[in-house]
Amino acid sequence: MNFWITNNVWLIPATPIVAALLILGFGKRTRLIAAVVAVLGQVVALTMSIFAFLPTLHAHGFRTVEDFTWFNFGDQQLRIGFVLDPLAAAMLLMITFVGLCIFVFSIGYMGKDKNFSRFFAYLSFFSGAMLGVIVANSLLLLFVFWELVGLASYLLIGFWIERPSAAAAAKKAFITTRIGDMGFFLGILWIYHKSGTLLFYEAGHGCLENVEVLGASATFIALLIFCGAVGKSGQFPLHVWLPDAMEGPTPVSALIHAATMVAAGVFLVARVYPIFSVGAINGITPSLTVVVWIGVVTGLMAALIAVAQCDIKRILAYSTVSQLGLMMVSLGVGGVAAGIMHLLAHGFFKALLFLGAGSVIHGLHHEQDIRKMGGLRKLMPITFATYAIGMMALSGVPFFFSGGWTKEEILQTTSHWPASRAPYYLLMFGVVLTALYMTRQIIYVFLGNRRAASEQAHESPGVMTLPLIVLAACAIALSIVLTPAWPWLEDYLTGHAAKFDASLLIQLTLLVSFVLVGIGVGLGVWMYRRAGETDPLQTKQPALFRFLENKMWIDEIYDRTVIALSALMARVSDWMDRHVWDGLVRGVGAIGQIVATLTTDADEGVINAGVDETTDGARGLGRVMSRLHSGQIQIYLGAVALGMLALLLFYAWLT
Amino acid sequence: MSTVAFATITILTLAAALAVATLQKLMHAALSFAVMFLGISALFFLLGAEFVGLVQIFVYIGAVAVLIVFTILLTRHDTERVRGFNWSGVVVALAVFAGLIWAMESTKSLLIGPPQIQPLTVQRIGELLMTSYVWPLLCIGVLLTAALIGALILVLEEKRE
Amino acid sequence: MTLSIVLVVSAALFCIGLLAALSRRHAIFILIGIEMMLAAANINFIAFWRFAPQPAQPTGVMIAIFAIAIAAAEAAVGLAMVITVYRHFRTTNVDQLNQLKG
Repeated sequence: MNFWITNNVWLIPATPIVAALLILGFGKRTRLIAAVVAVLGQVVALTMSIFAFLPTLHAHGFRTVEDFTWFNFGDQQLRIGFVLDPLAAAMLLMITFVGLCIFVFSIGYMGKDKNFSRFFAYLSFFSGAMLGVIVANSLLLLFVFWELVGLASYLLIGFWIERPSAAAAAKKAFITTRIGDMGFFLGILWIYHKSGTLLFYEAGHGCLENVEVLGASATFIALLIFCGAVGKSGQFPLHVWLPDAMEGPTPVSALIHAATMVAAGVFLVARVYPIFSVGAINGITPSLTVVVWIGVVTGLMAALIAVAQCDIKRILAYSTVSQLGLMMVSLGVGGVAAGIMHLLAHGFFKALLFLGAGSVIHGLHHEQDIRKMGGLRKLMPITFATYAIGMMALSGVPFFFSGGWTKEEILQTTSHWPASRAPYYLLMFGVVLTALYMTRQIIYVFLGNRRAASEQAHESPGVMTLPLIVLAACAIALSIVLTPAWPWLEDYLTGHAAKFDASLLIQLTLLVSFVLVGIGVGLGVWMYRRAGETDPLQTKQPALFRFLENKMWIDEIYDRTVIALSALMARVSDWMDRHVWDGLVRGVGAIGQIVATLTTDADEGVINAGVDETTDGARGLGRVMSRLHSGQIQIYLGAVALGMLALLLFYAWLT
Repeated sequence: MSTVAFATITILTLAAALAVATLQKLMHAALSFAVMFLGISALFFLLGAEFVGLVQIFVYIGAVAVLIVFTILLTRHDTERVRGFNWSGVVVALAVFAGLIWAMESTKSLLIGPPQIQPLTVQRIGELLMTSYVWPLLCIGVLLTAALIGALILVLEEKRE
Repeated sequence: MTLSIVLVVSAALFCIGLLAALSRRHAIFILIGIEMMLAAANINFIAFWRFAPQPAQPTGVMIAIFAIAIAAAEAAVGLAMVITVYRHFRTTNVDQLNQLKG
């Protein structure tokens, strides 16, 4: 069955953007209008996404494409379009659903903020832009929406504009992702040059359908496009903006930096996967290898740093970075479906965790240091329960929690990578670390004795706890969908038929991952069981703790090198501008002045003098001549006589 | 014969002319003026233009010289002698004379003697005046009338004031 | 008596007339000089008529007659002007009659 929406899939991103414009135009008066319009926009988008999703279930390899010409230049056309296929449909569903939950949560969280309407306008705008990234059929259109997503992220991170730290974080996010986007844009130019079109799918002519034409440049193009993904998804070395982005309100962190925007990078790699896999030998290409290793480094590094963070949101931020690294590894070793599945599941439970953290922060009146929390289990029961579910999903507890299945799937795919087993072992270590730091966080925040800020804690209102419950339910429900026994989602994404096979429930790698999670949780409980105001790791290994706490000094390295370099270049340019270029301009001006002075002197000295001389001569001549007019008759007569004589002589000389 | 007469007349005329140019007393100069015209008249007679000579006597001596005398009398003031002689005039006059003489000397065809002519009778002159030269005659008439009236006006106006 | 001699005489008279006109300070003498120059010119005309190749036109004579008439008219007017000038300026010294000085 085909619904009308499949041919007008552009409406899905358009609806939240229209909602944003309406809020900006009319919603400033009452908060109610703003909230209603935003939530309504999201509900409509969700409904449309459901209707867009349903037809994709039935046909395998379903793909509808709507292309149109944007403009002509000369005899070339610029065509853009929208695509709807399983990948896009699944992402649409996740984003709209999670977004709706976060919108509802925000009504409670931002209830007392005086810029309520602006917040919802920006949220809707972001939602629309992200949906646009998903359904774009053209690299150019995707890039346009990509940039809009970056803009929305900037606006939202720096939402509390009166805070200088927020403004700095927003700027850092924008600039860091921009660096990645530069590479992305170069990749777009290159691929346009090579394949002549930027459309993904166009009846066989699209750039993803015709990848052989790229030849050897496919690797470079893929790596350039990967730059954009590195920036947006916070991979090493462009991960530095993500933790700072926690300056934004918690719903922003939940939406953007857990579920959606950071997922855009992973989505991009999945979308242009054919370019990455050009010339694959045994499923390995140079670009994919790069993806794997960057993912591994990111995953491990972020997990290590998360162990030593004390801000509740920073732990989750680094956790996001680590999980994204995991997803990149999955994509790199060939498990595209596994990576996307983990992305979808991660979207749900990470949003859940962030909203739970937001609930905690709200309940503790904006205290964010976990060392000052504790014993909230009894004070905020709903938050605790949902947070625990999210934590278990993230740690990878299998069977009932979606994160467990997808993580196990990724480990399995990684273990079969022909190039090297090292990522597999390193990922295993990462799984242990993930469980460790999440356990640490739970113990610090919810369990144990109450510390300083927990005294005034209270449970959050229903408008905030409801989304938590819904998301927790989804985290569990997805585990059914994602079990390897019935690889429905995987086959849905890859276009094969699914079959139910219970034997797959029990496998070696499954047991291995179970064991790893157990080790991690146990280690965490043992290390942090008597957690106090200072972190136990800090007391036992202060150097290591300080190293990890300061994010491995990467920010400081960047500060000293890249930023210092650009500051130096700025200073050099300023000096050049002030002295060299300005000097040139002034020199030219001086030449003009010299010419002017010379001209003036020439004019006055030479020309004027000449004119004066001439006039004096004329005057002198006049004076002389006027003596002839003496008024004396005899002089006149004498002159006549002499003149006559002269004529006579002249006549005689002539003849 | 005519040569002697010519020489005498010439000397007389030139002397009188010089006297006119150089005499200090006005009346003497005026009278020399009349004598000079007498000499010129004689020269005309010698050259065969008797009528012109007679007209000369009538007009110049009888009218112009008398006019000049009258004007001298009318414009007297205390000093009868007008002092002052402009020597630069002599230079100019001599220069002009030299130029004219030189021009004449360089023309070869002037050394000719008088040919035989038929005497020009007054009747002939009268005929010519009335036929070929009637236009100039009329013009002269007009001119003389104009001069007469002009002179009268010039002199009369002063008197009316 | 050759033509050239007569012409010399007339030239001499002319120049003496010029002398009189240029060198005397009295206004009347300028008129006298002019009269003399005119008379000298008349002599020239008559001389050329006399010495002209025969048969000759009596043009010289006629011109001389008319010249005399004109001279007389001019003398009359000129003298009238001298009288008028004398009445106005009370002087006949041409050096003092230089109002038209440029």
